[in-house]
Amino acid sequence: MALTQATRKKLVTLALVGPAGLWLGLFLVLPFIAMVVFSFGRRAPEGGYQAAFTFEQFANLGSRAAAFANTLMLAPVGALACLLIAYPVAYYLAVKAAPRHRLLLVSLVVVPFWTSLLVRTYAWMYLLGARGIPHLLELIGIENVRLINTPMAVLLGIVYGYLPLMIMPIYVSLEKLDRRLLEASADLGAKPVSTFFGITLPLSLPGVMTGLALVTILLLGEYLIPQLLGGGKVFFIGNALVDLFLQSRNWPFGSAIAVTLVVVVVIVLTIAMRIAWRFAGTRQVDLV
Amino acid sequence: MRALVTSVYVFLYTPIALIVLFSFNAGRNASEFTGFSTEWYGKALSNAFLMDALQNSLVVGLVSATLATLFGTMAALGLERVGPRMRAIFDALFAAAIVVPGVVIGIATLVALVQVFGIANGALAAIWPGDAPPKLALGFGSIIAAHGMFTMALVTMIVKARIASLGRDIVEASSDLYATPMTTFWQIVLPQILPSVLAGFLLAFTFSFDDFIIAFFVAGSKTTLPIYVFASIRRGVTPEINAIASMVLVASLILILSARLLMRDGRNTATT
Repeated sequence: MALTQATRKKLVTLALVGPAGLWLGLFLVLPFIAMVVFSFGRRAPEGGYQAAFTFEQFANLGSRAAAFANTLMLAPVGALACLLIAYPVAYYLAVKAAPRHRLLLVSLVVVPFWTSLLVRTYAWMYLLGARGIPHLLELIGIENVRLINTPMAVLLGIVYGYLPLMIMPIYVSLEKLDRRLLEASADLGAKPVSTFFGITLPLSLPGVMTGLALVTILLLGEYLIPQLLGGGKVFFIGNALVDLFLQSRNWPFGSAIAVTLVVVVVIVLTIAMRIAWRFAGTRQVDLV
Repeated sequence: MRALVTSVYVFLYTPIALIVLFSFNAGRNASEFTGFSTEWYGKALSNAFLMDALQNSLVVGLVSATLATLFGTMAALGLERVGPRMRAIFDALFAAAIVVPGVVIGIATLVALVQVFGIANGALAAIWPGDAPPKLALGFGSIIAAHGMFTMALVTMIVKARIASLGRDIVEASSDLYATPMTTFWQIVLPQILPSVLAGFLLAFTFSFDDFIIAFFVAGSKTTLPIYVFASIRRGVTPEINAIASMVLVASLILILSARLLMRDGRNTATT
């Protein structure tokens, strides 16, 4: 049987996107549905899941208020701390750095992000731990300094882990900036400070928002940094989830928390995209 | 400003440099270097558990990155040919795969697979003729499925960006000159997108190799390298972990630098 041209074209398209669609369906959509179903269930006596339709898991979210409070506080604070350090670096790379050094300097920023977060967090655990900086301080007579397992240690780990991810989008938006605007502003007698606040900063806001959104979203689901540098004292939603799934085996309650986390992520993302679109005047804001 | 930027670079690189330095420390102290030694590397390399975890991570990374690259590239090509509604659905799914936190992907996959395995194992036990029916369980398959789902989205994004920058003129020129679609693909499209495909593969492998949180939920009884490192850290910080960490660092460095070199030509932004 001869296939018509149109049918053949459709079959080829199906063969191309079919595997990806199937994979997304089986391992993204289906698991997500299962998780939502679980969140309305009950914990079986031996742990795991018992079918039910109840809102009691969501009603119980308050019992993990500390984890939500820590996460919702430290994620935006961490992202803002990253921004404060990242902006000058991105500005330097895009505007001030000599073009022949730019590629190397940018690579040096990107590379840490793609090396193991576990190893990079471990590095701080090592440095802040009893045998690290506190030991050095003891040698010069300052004793009993505790650095690890404090909120500051977690914040430091956050800035260290996510600074590269904040620098990149800001760098990209500053690099696209039309230099002639800056020259025009200077020619018209604007001081460098007013050029910065009048032109550079507003035009780089889409990059700033992308960076803030990316870092905040990743931090909302963070587990390793609070676990290793907060030592159970600075507990994030991610830590609560690991605890509920792998230790106390309360899967329905864990699912309810995970569903809530996704809702928070979606809200943060929507707000960030709205603001970015307003400033960019376009919907073309790359998130990746 | 220069001083500030320099100090940020120092901040980024000092901790990892110290880890590498102290992996060669003969003593156990994190603040005193008491002599040069490669003892900890010897210990790490003769540790059977560690080598097993490394092997598992390599298998999972290679298989998941290969599948993700193949299907992700196919999807990127196929999405050029579908209608706007279908494309919007796929774009939304790929975006969701990327922004949903890893911890949620791990949990959702765990929850779904345990349920599916429960049903499937029951059915298998009922219809199996022998005494010992095969049992489905978490393991390599589930880690590969979850890693591949995420990294496939990554590959599709990267390859799609490359295709978008290609322009259709060159493809149209090829077909005007009577090349078949297949010839056009092999001789025109593939060579143009190949660097982004390879870069996607390397990033996919790097992600899988470094991922802790997804594997932590869906690994079952298997141990991957990050899971092993995490467990060792909880038992106590030792110079042997520094040696392992240094080796992981060097491996990721090689991978990411290769990916960047591949992506350097023909791309206009430096977002990855």
